[in-house]
Parts: sequence; structure tokens; C-alpha cells
Amino acid sequence: MENGERAAWERRPTARVVPAARPRKVVKVPFVELVDGRLQGVVSSGSDIARVYVSAVEAGSHDVSCGTNNNRPCGGIRPGGCKHVEALVKEAVLQYGEERVARFLRVEPGEGELTARLRGGGINRDRPAAEVFSRFLRHLAYLEVPASTAPLPELRWFPATGAVR
Amino acid sequence: MVPGDGGGALMLGIQLERLLGAAPAGVAEALDAVDGFDRALVTGLGRPTPEQSAALAALAGRVAASPLGAVAAEAVEKIAAGSVSDERLAALAAARAALLGAVHDAQLAALDEALGREREECAEPGGGEPLGERLLDGARSWLREVALVGWRGLGDDSLRGLDQALTALWAEPAARRLAVLLDGLAGELRACLPLSTWERLPVRRWADLWANAVLLCQPGAAGAAEAAAGPTAQVSGRLLPLGAELHEHPTAVQLLVHALLERDGGQPALLVRVGVGAAKVETLTGPTLWRLLGGFPALLRALAERRALTVTGLPLLAGGELVWDESGVALDEPADPFVTARTQLAGALAPAVPPLRRHPVQLAEPVLLEGYRVRDGVLTLDGHRLPLDLEHLPSAGPLTPQLVKASTACLGLLCWEDGGWSLRPLGVRATARRQQVEAHTGDWTQGPTDPKAAKAEARWGDPVETLRERAGRLLRA
Repeated sequence: MENGERAAWERRPTARVVPAARPRKVVKVPFVELVDGRLQGVVSSGSDIARVYVSAVEAGSHDVSCGTNNNRPCGGIRPGGCKHVEALVKEAVLQYGEERVARFLRVEPGEGELTARLRGGGINRDRPAAEVFSRFLRHLAYLEVPASTAPLPELRWFPATGAVR
Repeated sequence: MVPGDGGGALMLGIQLERLLGAAPAGVAEALDAVDGFDRALVTGLGRPTPEQSAALAALAGRVAASPLGAVAAEAVEKIAAGSVSDERLAALAAARAALLGAVHDAQLAALDEALGREREECAEPGGGEPLGERLLDGARSWLREVALVGWRGLGDDSLRGLDQALTALWAEPAARRLAVLLDGLAGELRACLPLSTWERLPVRRWADLWANAVLLCQPGAAGAAEAAAGPTAQVSGRLLPLGAELHEHPTAVQLLVHALLERDGGQPALLVRVGVGAAKVETLTGPTLWRLLGGFPALLRALAERRALTVTGLPLLAGGELVWDESGVALDEPADPFVTARTQLAGALAPAVPPLRRHPVQLAEPVLLEGYRVRDGVLTLDGHRLPLDLEHLPSAGPLTPQLVKASTACLGLLCWEDGGWSLRPLGVRATARRQQVEAHTGDWTQGPTDPKAAKAEARWGDPVETLRERAGRLLRA
């Protein structure tokens, strides 16, 4: 980027750094986030409607972890993931775009799907399940906040984007 | 002809020429001083370098003759000596806001002059109810940390600390503005971790958000703008929508409808805004956003069906906002926004802007344009060039850059950023496939009318319901 162009961008009050998230189906993976050096989220169980898996991939090492909300390890977990981790990465790419997920996880640039490009890594036995799950509940709590009719002038800094059809 | 003098409502080439030609004195100098402060915030004021201290002194110097002069100068002196406190940061944020406020006022005056737009006088602002000190503690300490370490010095830990403060702020309706603002900023910061290596930072934007949050933490500031507009505090009449804006960040959405209010009793029509907002999660975006605003069915239907509304006894705030209440409104006859603008925008009275809202980003004045050409993102009217803001067309509506390009008439907002004026389209008439089409931001409030978008939305199901179901099941478990 040219210097002048960069300076002009830096002076824009509506300059956005990362593209807005894209909508996706949330049935299978109701929650995904990039935080604390981890891609982490919640994956619905295919067989039991009351059960969810908490899955995560560490940035850099690509160590994976996966277990139920009742803290039982996932039977299918192996270095490189399981079907839950795979679903999690796939949905993260849908929501945030491959570039952002790859940058966050520090995946080497390459061909093919991101899930296939994760380093083998190891299995993180010290699963962050409780923490991720509480973040998921905190996330869901936003949907319980009542709507408002008072002015929110600060949202002028956040005009909606995305019409590129 | 000037509309305020009884002319047409269309924005004319000569008006555009006048607007683009207006160069209010002092704007560049004010913005340079703001810039210096904003750059100092990139690496933080914890151990100020001589350049940073000079930038702060320049900022304080620009407000030296104002009532802020003495406190700003003292704050700069103390911070340069290594002593940062909430009070001193508030003094700097106020000095910065005063300069940007002056830029706002100068540009708005130029716009009113060019368009012949009449504007109400601003009443003396009263302070609102102060928020609880303990509620604000978390936010203040995070804002102070930002000031000390700068954007580059922020890490995961610091953002986690803010999360706790945010939970408390979201739980308090009176703190909604601060919650919405800080959560939006936190989301962007989190997306840029590690910040120390991020190539370029939105220096002005983040400083704007930081400074606004500091001001909202001042006693009474959050409620100050919500004071009612004096004797006309409750209004009744016919509301004719002109267009809708949509604002969104990962955890908040706001629909802001610009409309004309024909008051009972034959007074001139008022240019008003109706804002309704909801909290959300990042996954919920695109046309799904409208589902989050399901508690305002009459407002949404009026937009989708392009109809007027009858309003009875709704509070009108000093900044021109009508506080929505579905129990005081009813759907009325069809009302084409283009006809509304053409027949009534010219003589309408525009609202005053409350002091704390005077920032260039708040400049968003509805206008109607016709008889222009569009090329490479620039609208040309009688040889005068007005850039189009095509970046901010929401995916929740049918407006696209292609439609704007093919348009023959455009209802939009005149906005001002550092580079100058631009037009953000809210609705267009266009020729697509040899047919006249009309598209407005609020067309899809009852669901997408475009088959492709409708199909995509059907594929996502109802994510709001899905997440609520998950929440119900798991929160019980």
C-alpha cells in the first residue's frame, strides 16, 4: 500500500481492520471463536441432542482437544483431530474466512483445505472444556439481553457492510 | 434555487458545488492535532517520548483559549512527567472531542448553507443520571491501561479483563451505550491479536472509540443526550420513512430509520430518526439481523411495504430521535420514500445535534439526487464529483454496488470523513435488465425478496431460534 493511501486509511473513522463475519448454519457448530491462542468452540453431538462436544485447536502447535460438556474425552480424538475438530475448523473458515483462521492458527500457506494442512500436533489432555463452555454460555447470554429503543449514537462507527452479491 | 427558500427538494448541481467548495477554516489544523494524539495512543503514554509529549502539548494548545485550556495543559504536563490518571485522560479526551466537535460544526454549517436546510437550535444540555461508580470501574481501568501501553501493547490478558467489565455493563440498561461501544472495540482488538505485529492499525478509529468511552464514563454523560426536546417532548403525527441505515458489530445491531414527521397542527415537518437495537452474537449477520428486531413489527413492516406510520405520544429527544414504542404506532397508507423526499424534504426542519454527539462521523444528512452519472464509484452531477460510499451497503438488504451504478435516482446520506464528502446510498431507482427497479436498505425486513438471498437464508435455517434452543437446553443442564 502506498504511504499516502495508508495515511488516509489510518485517518478514517470507519476503517475496518477485519472483514465482518459471514453467516453460516449453526445447528452443527453453535459456537466458534478465535481467542486466547486457540480456535475453540462447541459442536453438537450427532447422536444425542442433549450432548455437545467442546473442541479446540491450539495456535502454533496445532495440538487438539475434544471432550463432552460433562468432561468425558471424545472417543475419536487423535493427533490432527476428530470429526468434531474437523467440523469446528470448517465452520470457523465459513465464519471468519480462511485467511483469518490460517493466520490465527499459524498454518503454513499451501494448497487444499485448512483441516488437512494442520500440523499433526499432539493431543492436549488438559482440555480447556470448562472455560470454553462458560464462554459459550456467556455468548448465548447476549441473546437474552432485551432490545433497546434508546439512541446508540456510537454505532455510527459501525455501519453494516457486506453487500457483494 | 435553494430548497429552504421554497425550491425543489432535489439536491442540485449548484448546491453540490457550494458544498464541495466550502473549505471551513481551521479544519486541517484541528485534525492534525487530533492525529498527533491518536498516534501517541498507538504505543501508549506510559513512558512518553518527546514526540508524544509534543503531540499532547499541540492538542492542548489548540484548545488553550477554551474553558478546557487550563485542565488540558495541566494534564499534558503531568502525563509528560509520567503521571497518568483517569482525570487527566478525560481532559485529553475532552480536548480531542472539542476539536472534532468544531470540525463537525463547521462541516454541518457548510452543509446547511449549501442545501438551505433549516436546523433547530440546541437547547442547553442537562446532565443525565450518573451511572454507578462501581459499574464504571472496570471500564475506566481498562481505558487507562490502553492509554498506558497503547494499542500495540495490548494482549489477551487485558482483553479478558475487559470481558468482566462488559458483562456488568450489558446487564445495566442505562450503561448500554458504553457496553455497545466497548464490546465493538474489544471485538476488533481481539481479531487483531497479536497487536504488536499487526501491519497497520486504524489509528483514528480506535482513538475515536477510546475517547468516546472515556467521555461516557464521566458522571452524567451517558444520559445527557437523552434529554427530551423541551416543550415538544411528546409528539404525534404521521411518520414518513425516507430510508434506513443498519449498524452492526459482532454483538450489537441497530436499525436507524430516517423519516419525516408531519406533526398534528400544521407545523413544518421534522426530520427525525428512529433507532431500535438488539444484542447479538457474531454468527448472526446478513438478513438474519432483521429477526433480532422482531419486537418492532410495525416499524419493520412499514419499511418492507413502504408505508407511513401514525404515531401517538412518542417522546422526541433533543437530537431528533423519536423513542419507538410499538404501542403508540399504527401502520398507515403506502408512502413512497422518493415521493416523500421530493415533496417534503426541502421544507423540513432538521434537528439540533447535542454537544457530545458532535463528531464528523455523526454527519449523515439525508438528500435526494437525480440526473447524475456514476462511474468508478463516483457520482457526477453537473460536472461536480461526489464519491459514493459503496463499502457500507449491508448484506441484509438488496442494495448492491451494481444497482447503485445503474441508478437514476438515489436517496442517501451525505457523510463526511477526512477525505471530504461522500454519499452513502439508502435507496435507489435503477434500470436493471431494461426494467425499472427500486431497492431500499429496509426492503428485506420481512425476509429477502431476492430469490437467491432467500434461498441462502433458508439454508441457514433460523439461527436465532437454534441458538436459543441450545441455550435453553444447556443452561438447564
